[in-house]
Amino acid sequence: MSTIPTETVQPGKASLLYDPKIRGYVYQLALLAVVGFLLYSAASNAITNLRAQKIASGFGFWHNAAGFDVNQKLIPFSASGSTYGEAFYVGLLNTLLVASIGIVLSTFLGFFVGVARLSSNWVLSKLAMIYVEVIRNLPLLLQLFFWYNAVLKPLPNPRQSIELPAGALLNNRGLYLPDPQLGPGGSLIVWTFLIGIVASIIFRIWARKQQEATGKQYPVGWIALGLIVVLPFFVYLVTGRPISFVYPEIAGFNLRGGIQIFPEFVALLLGLTTYTAGFIAEVVRAGILAVSKGQTEAANALGLRAGPTLKLVVIPQAMRVIIPPLTSNYLNLTKNSSLAVAIGYPDLVQVFTGTVLNQTGQAVEVVAITMAVYLTISLVTSFFMNIYNKRMALVER
Amino acid sequence: MNKFFAAALVAAATAACIGGAQAQTGTLAQVKNRGILHCGSGTGLAGFGIPDAQGNWTGLDVDLCRAVAAAIFNDPLKVKFIPLSAKDRFTSLQSGEVDLLSRTTTWTLSRDTALGLNFAGVNYYDGQGFLVRKKLGIDSALKLAGGSICTQQGTTTELNLADYFRSNKMKYEVVAFASNTETVKAYEAGRCDAFTTDASGLYAERLNLTTPADHIVLPEIISKEPLGPVVRHGDDNWLDIVKWTHNAMLNAEELGITQANVDEMLKSDNPEIKRFIGTEGKFGEPMGLTNDWAYRIIKHVGNYGEVFEKNVGQGSLLKIARGQNALWTKGGLQYAPPIR
Repeated sequence: MSTIPTETVQPGKASLLYDPKIRGYVYQLALLAVVGFLLYSAASNAITNLRAQKIASGFGFWHNAAGFDVNQKLIPFSASGSTYGEAFYVGLLNTLLVASIGIVLSTFLGFFVGVARLSSNWVLSKLAMIYVEVIRNLPLLLQLFFWYNAVLKPLPNPRQSIELPAGALLNNRGLYLPDPQLGPGGSLIVWTFLIGIVASIIFRIWARKQQEATGKQYPVGWIALGLIVVLPFFVYLVTGRPISFVYPEIAGFNLRGGIQIFPEFVALLLGLTTYTAGFIAEVVRAGILAVSKGQTEAANALGLRAGPTLKLVVIPQAMRVIIPPLTSNYLNLTKNSSLAVAIGYPDLVQVFTGTVLNQTGQAVEVVAITMAVYLTISLVTSFFMNIYNKRMALVER
Repeated sequence: MNKFFAAALVAAATAACIGGAQAQTGTLAQVKNRGILHCGSGTGLAGFGIPDAQGNWTGLDVDLCRAVAAAIFNDPLKVKFIPLSAKDRFTSLQSGEVDLLSRTTTWTLSRDTALGLNFAGVNYYDGQGFLVRKKLGIDSALKLAGGSICTQQGTTTELNLADYFRSNKMKYEVVAFASNTETVKAYEAGRCDAFTTDASGLYAERLNLTTPADHIVLPEIISKEPLGPVVRHGDDNWLDIVKWTHNAMLNAEELGITQANVDEMLKSDNPEIKRFIGTEGKFGEPMGLTNDWAYRIIKHVGNYGEVFEKNVGQGSLLKIARGQNALWTKGGLQYAPPIR
């Protein structure tokens, strides 16, 4: 009896070479080694060759003085004293600014067009179809050129600025808005406003729980309006109107004062928004069509009107289909923002892989940093969209 | 993140390998094997480098490449012109995509050192200026305070502009574009009050505007812009060839050798001319060229004065005066070491 186990073990030992599991590991290790060697030799080769040609390398340039200017900057930046590192942040913030606003606007526009395309209103649905087909089938670069010229060409020069309500001015240098200045006690208004938003969200969550538990409905919209708009306005009056505005005025060739929104930014935002909205519209349409018609009929049978049917029955189920492709459209929008180069919007690619790369000559480092940034932005976007997706996914019991 | 960094290195390494390989076997051998010279040129600047409707390139910078091809192949047409934007030009040269960069490139210390490049001379002494609309009613760049200025990114122009406004304590708004065409278009659309680049470029671009007479070049020249051909570090022989091609064109003008009389000069008794033409001494061989290398250049392309007048001077639409670009014997800065 004791011989039996040894007999069964022995064939196993003999076939170590033929064990599919072991062989699998060996192959994978070999592949890893080959890839590792390739990467190592490529990297060391690049370094050797860069040294041989005496091309500067390393990241020391980060703290060197930049010596050039950028027009649109969210953080202080000037030719005197700012570094290449700061130029990187200027570009990065401009990219994030246009991408985040673009994502919000294209989502709204895309949902609207997507729903409109399924509308029973013939004119509306055909218009939505034309929009989607035209926008999706033209190259984005071409559309950006179109928007840039469409934004720029009809506008007058600064001396003949178009006067808009509330002291805003519009000309071919951009849109100038009055710049709000907070006087003493002004921060109180901002805080009230922020607290109002938080309180509204908390109230909404509470109201929904109450509705689920008792069926009682609360006027969430009106209360939120009161908290976010009326209350800060009340504080504004009580504290003695501490907000003043600096209005843009003509000085020399350009306008002085006010907040300037550059035409390059507007053109890029318009281009990215309309383009991405075309794709999002199709994603939304696909999502809605994926919800079985019986759901709508059942809702109708219960007496729900068209609006609530869409909002409460169809869209929540459609979201499960919509979110994954929506994420990839968000990523596309962010990456497409690099086409800003063509119309002079100072985004990351324009400032960093454009001017900084050229002035320092360090292509490897600059391009590597830029790739890492886009990868990070994309991964972070995906991460949050995946969390959202998990929440919306069908809960299986 | 690491993966991508590595991928970037792989891409760079491939590029660096090509560059390295060329440095080892010599750019001249590479060019001879290939049978054609790869010349990095601009994306279209009248007088300096621009293709016509048939795709034939002409210009001062273009003729320098043709002269190098003439010296090597005895055929000025064996050049492939690769249009490069200001921001792409150095990467393209570093990676070995072009053998020679000849596109109104300013010689600066950092480009000569940290970028791993060598300048082979100065084929046009230039300076940066401003182009504005006449109806702005200004006569000096010092009155541009508060204005918007269009410029091309990745140029010395962008840096000089910042320096100039900073040192004169004037505010301004810069609008930088990747390509020259877009920059000029934005200026013409009224996005900017002024367009700035090298003065030669301003005169060239003004011709392309709808009504050139509505625009003037302001008198201020705010920088030194010595423009010249560029090669990579690490191949001294190739640097010599490009350097002496330019010098040969200058020496020819000084000696009175022109495209028209170069064949007669073969019979000349003047020792300087004999050395130049290659009938005396062996001056081409140490560079890996034939001894009649300079004769070929003048025969096919012409001397510096001829090339200048034809492309940017009185024989062209630009009508730029020789000025600083006259020979040293005529009060200019163009001076070439002797061939001996």
